Amino acid sequence: MSETALRTVDVSCVFEVSQGFMKGTKPLRAVNGVSLNIPKGRVVGLVGESGCGKSTMANILLGLQKPTSGDVMSGDSLYYGQQTGYLDRKKIARRIQPIFQDPYSSLNPTKTIHSIVCLPLRIHNIGDPSKWDKKVYDILDLVGLPKRVAQSYPSQMSGGQRQRVAIARALIMKPEVVICDEPTSALDVSVQSQILNLLQDLRQELGLTYLLISHNLAVVEHMADRVAVMYLGRIVEEADANTLFDDPRHPYTKALLGSVLTPDPSLGVPDTHLGTVFPNPIDPPSGCSFHPRCSECMDICSKKAPKPSVEGGRMIECHRYQTNEAEVA
Amino acid sequence: MSGDNILEVQNLKVDIPVTAGMLHPVRGVSFTVARGETLCIVGESGCGKSLTSLALMGLLPKTAIRTADRMDFLGQDIRDFKERRMAALRGVKMAMIFQEPMTSLNPAYTIGNQLMEVYRRHISKNGSEARARAIFLLEKVGISAAASRLSQYPHQLSGGLRQRVMIAMSLMCGPDLIIADEPTTALDVTIQAQILHLLAELQDEFEMGMILITHDLGVVARVADQVQVMYAGTTVEEGPCQAVFDNPLHPYTAGLLRCIPVPGKAKRGSKLGSVPGIVPNLVGDLQGCMFRNRCAHASSICETLSGEPTRIDDGHAFTCRLTPEEAAKTAAVQGVA
Ligand SMILES: Nc1ncnc2c1ncn2[C@@H]1O[C@H](COP(=O)(O)OP(=O)(O)OP(=O)(O)O)[C@@H](O)[C@H]1O
Ligand SMILES: Nc1ncnc2c1ncn2[C@@H]1O[C@H](COP(=O)(O)OP(=O)(O)OP(=O)(O)O)[C@@H](O)[C@H]1O
Ligand SMILES: [Mg+2]
Ligand SMILES: [Mg+2]
Repeated sequence: MSETALRTVDVSCVFEVSQGFMKGTKPLRAVNGVSLNIPKGRVVGLVGESGCGKSTMANILLGLQKPTSGDVMSGDSLYYGQQTGYLDRKKIARRIQPIFQDPYSSLNPTKTIHSIVCLPLRIHNIGDPSKWDKKVYDILDLVGLPKRVAQSYPSQMSGGQRQRVAIARALIMKPEVVICDEPTSALDVSVQSQILNLLQDLRQELGLTYLLISHNLAVVEHMADRVAVMYLGRIVEEADANTLFDDPRHPYTKALLGSVLTPDPSLGVPDTHLGTVFPNPIDPPSGCSFHPRCSECMDICSKKAPKPSVEGGRMIECHRYQTNEAEVA
Repeated sequence: MSGDNILEVQNLKVDIPVTAGMLHPVRGVSFTVARGETLCIVGESGCGKSLTSLALMGLLPKTAIRTADRMDFLGQDIRDFKERRMAALRGVKMAMIFQEPMTSLNPAYTIGNQLMEVYRRHISKNGSEARARAIFLLEKVGISAAASRLSQYPHQLSGGLRQRVMIAMSLMCGPDLIIADEPTTALDVTIQAQILHLLAELQDEFEMGMILITHDLGVVARVADQVQVMYAGTTVEEGPCQAVFDNPLHPYTAGLLRCIPVPGKAKRGSKLGSVPGIVPNLVGDLQGCMFRNRCAHASSICETLSGEPTRIDDGHAFTCRLTPEEAAKTAAVQGVA
């Protein structure tokens, strides 16, 4: 087992959601007791449908969102704990950097590319300012942007170029971990493939660790070593990518993988066997929160939440796969 | 020409005056749609897919200029239809499903009001008949407790349910043609599969023609009968779905197919193909093949290429200086690399 770069222990995040004027608030458990391990030098994929809590997880790991309970550790040291609070935000930023989905809104339109990429060095006052220029040009070169773009503005660049700028800005800090939240979702496929290739190259060159959040399972399958599947705030299945994609077990994972439309004209549109009852995150279903849509639902599923069971490097949370056989009956 | 065609379009062009000059976002596309058939128009952002569909529906921006050698819908030449006649076609015989249902559903009215309104305006004033049709269709698109949904507002539904309501709404008057512009792009993969499955079933049942616009080659492969690959306002390749995917001939089509990670095909972590470069500016006088600045096989001929497609068989055609044999060879060679 390789060293851990970043890990969460039983992390939850509850938002108080307003129910309208004078109606008070109700809690929404965006993340509900998640323990996730991100091994050093690996790519961990995080998948699941819209609203399941992926971005909230990303924000917690980046120190941008305070969890309601649970710990976040970097290596062996606690960097967030209920007692200690967050480590200094700046310290987190030196080790963990984000690449977000939207290359259009995540770059300041009034600043030049040079200034955008250089900003982290200035904020953290890293090294000798006379060397910053060289650092900026080196990193632009690394992400495949010509020197001349340094004086351009984001509006003068294509979507793919802007995402390269976002990557350069994340990497100039020489982070250990990069949290990529839908890094190619806003891009055309011809640009997506260039960015994915670039992320692969950089990972090998710099020994980076990625958390890759994407709703595109083909992208995750291509990039990730390990994959966690989230449903309504919980990780319901987690395994090595080979294991998970070759032999998915959780009914939700199966439905998710079954929905991937590979460009194979001899196949039609698959039937997901998923119901159309969409869960309300403020008032989640009883028992297993997936049970109303599950094609393999049993009696117990609406009554009792399944416990995680771990076997041979795979975690699964489903009554059909409880290690204690007695619980299935 | 087949008597089964409900739509025939020839040499459709859209021009839009902009400050820099004249923009030519759609530059002569031609296609037909037969009853029960799905035509997919695929291409990257900005290639003119949406403007093509808006041109068909008569919904182009006011400043845009539309020309065509032919635009026959159900045997009628609709090129000179005034807005009043187009409005009577739209939503009735020719229905549209947009990407984001919230832009076409009115947040201020209930689902029921919106579903019944088109029906009462165009088919019958009878309210209970309209209501029965709305409930029938909501059930058809897989919405449970349909009757009680009629009094709900769009914002009370999830994205997947709203898209189902949009589909039900487009079917209210029994259209002959459905134009769906990225109907599942904003949805989760599981819901995308459900919606596409549903569209295919309904299309079969009601024998409608469908034009499905998407940038997703996976969607195209699974639902299309016919495919049009657009690049910079023109069709660079067209043909039956199987032929285009099995034997892509235009370097752009072949290039796009190499960009997508295909589980089982591309080794995990291996290099994906790419189409370097960016789309050209479509303002002013345009000549030759618009893909040439991104094409590995470009030569000086491409600067003046006429745009006449090379036809293979079975409607499979591509617009390129390469012969079909050369094109097939280059597509295959790069496929291995
Ligand atoms: N600041 C907030 N206040 C209240 N609720 C929030 C807040 N941020 C997120 N949520 C809710 O928490 C849940 C998880 O949201 P999150 O953005 O993490 O989902 P996601 O998995 O990233 O979805 P997507 O794929 O759409 O990006 C959602 O129900 C969302 O509405
Ligand atoms: N009202 C308008 N005025 C000027 N230019 C326009 C207008 N509408 C569209 N365009 C331009 O015409 C071109 C084609 O636009 P269109 O919306 O058809 O693209 P698309 O293929 O649907 O792309 P996407 O996949 O991003 O939806 C684009 O370059 C766009 O910027
Ligand atoms: Mg998100
Ligand atoms: Mg469009």
